[in-house]
Amino acid sequence: MTQDHLATELPNFPMTRTCPFSPPAQYAKLRESEPLSQAVLKVTGKPAWLVTTHEHVKAVLGDSRVSSNLKLPGYPHQFHIPEEMLREVRLMLLSMDPPDHTAQRRYLIPEFTARRMRALRPRIQEIVDARIDAILAAGGPVDLVSALALPVPSLVICELLGVPYEDHPQFEEWSALMMNHDISPEEYGAAVVGLDMYLDKLITAKEAEPGDDLISRFIEKNREEPIADHTDIVTMARLMLVGGHETTANMISLGVLGLLEHPEQLDAVKADPELLPGAVEELLRFFSISDSGTARVALEDIELDGVVIKAGEGILSLNNSANHDESVFPDADTLDIRREEARSHLAFGYGIHQCIGQNLARIELEIVYGTLFRRIPGLKLAVPMSELRFKDEALVYGVHELPVTW
Amino acid sequence: MRVSVDPDRCVSAGQCVMLAPDVFDQDDDGIVTLLQAEPPAELHTVVRQTASLCPVRLIQITE
Ligand code: SF4
Repeated sequence: MTQDHLATELPNFPMTRTCPFSPPAQYAKLRESEPLSQAVLKVTGKPAWLVTTHEHVKAVLGDSRVSSNLKLPGYPHQFHIPEEMLREVRLMLLSMDPPDHTAQRRYLIPEFTARRMRALRPRIQEIVDARIDAILAAGGPVDLVSALALPVPSLVICELLGVPYEDHPQFEEWSALMMNHDISPEEYGAAVVGLDMYLDKLITAKEAEPGDDLISRFIEKNREEPIADHTDIVTMARLMLVGGHETTANMISLGVLGLLEHPEQLDAVKADPELLPGAVEELLRFFSISDSGTARVALEDIELDGVVIKAGEGILSLNNSANHDESVFPDADTLDIRREEARSHLAFGYGIHQCIGQNLARIELEIVYGTLFRRIPGLKLAVPMSELRFKDEALVYGVHELPVTW
Repeated sequence: MRVSVDPDRCVSAGQCVMLAPDVFDQDDDGIVTLLQAEPPAELHTVVRQTASLCPVRLIQITE
């Protein structure tokens, strides 16, 4: 097939949303008629497989015959990354395969156990309360994204990693750039280099004088049994820093918006905080913010339901589509915080790369939603919903500003 | 119901511990450990759910 032929026959990816609360309408059609289909990636013009059902996404992401290595030919890039840049890129946890992936993940896991996360609760509560004090003191209307949604996860991840929060305006800007589909390769490169230079300095300081934080503990373990060099540690820290705040921040704003737009469900949560954990799962499912698909490349021919994905072909698992699969989540486009099967969502991915920070995210979301609506029960949007600008151009879906008042 | 796990394959997502803390725990390295291999009837539903949620499907159940 020629490139031209592809471009005319196959749909483009990413597909656009028509409603800010629902995945692109084509996903439902694909799940129905062609759960494994091909599309052309808008950025590169290259073809990739789209996987759209819950069952198939689990099958692909759980399959050891797929690779996450973004340097392999056929990897479905969503960015235009120049060849030279790609050759030099350091693989991060997210793009490693076993055994490197297993080794690095093993060093990080003790930092994120359920017990550790539970122990962080009081500190997260303190951080959230301080932000809400500031919001109440300032008076409405405020932009909830900059006043709460971004600072909470940013503060939490900074404390965990041992990154000075004072530097946040700078790394939040780099990280937002890195999550944007639409910037030029040069701008993307500059954001990565800027953040890496910053982290490089920080890590050099920790190597000389370790503190009581995740990065320092990684450095010390790595001294005993080396699996990473200095640059690998910088890359790991970048992933943790960017992954730790941009995603949760978007989930906080969208979750608040989702609840505000479903007043009956919001009232139920206010009346019974026990509904909160379920509401968090349902909001994660409903919004599925890592919208652009989990990229893999087939290492061998993989047959799924009579379709053969050939070795070397790129695959995008659409978690957002899987999370709206009616066969698993009846009436999937409806937000229902009492939905029993909500926890089966794939918002954190599936398989060996499933999000390492998921339980931290869950706790942050639960504390933020619970505290915000308890302390400001009259919270409401300060502008009509139609005026909100959604992050249609970003790798992680969200809303740019969320003006609220009470 | 009998539960067994294959800790060698655990990726420590902690789904099991968050959902059924009476049945599963994580050691200091984050690896799954089993607190009870024969959980009481009232926990069966939630244990079945952990088996389906474990991202590497390492929780085995025989009933
Ligand atoms: S859910 Fe599975 S992978 Fe995660 S900690 Fe439990 S057993 Fe391990």
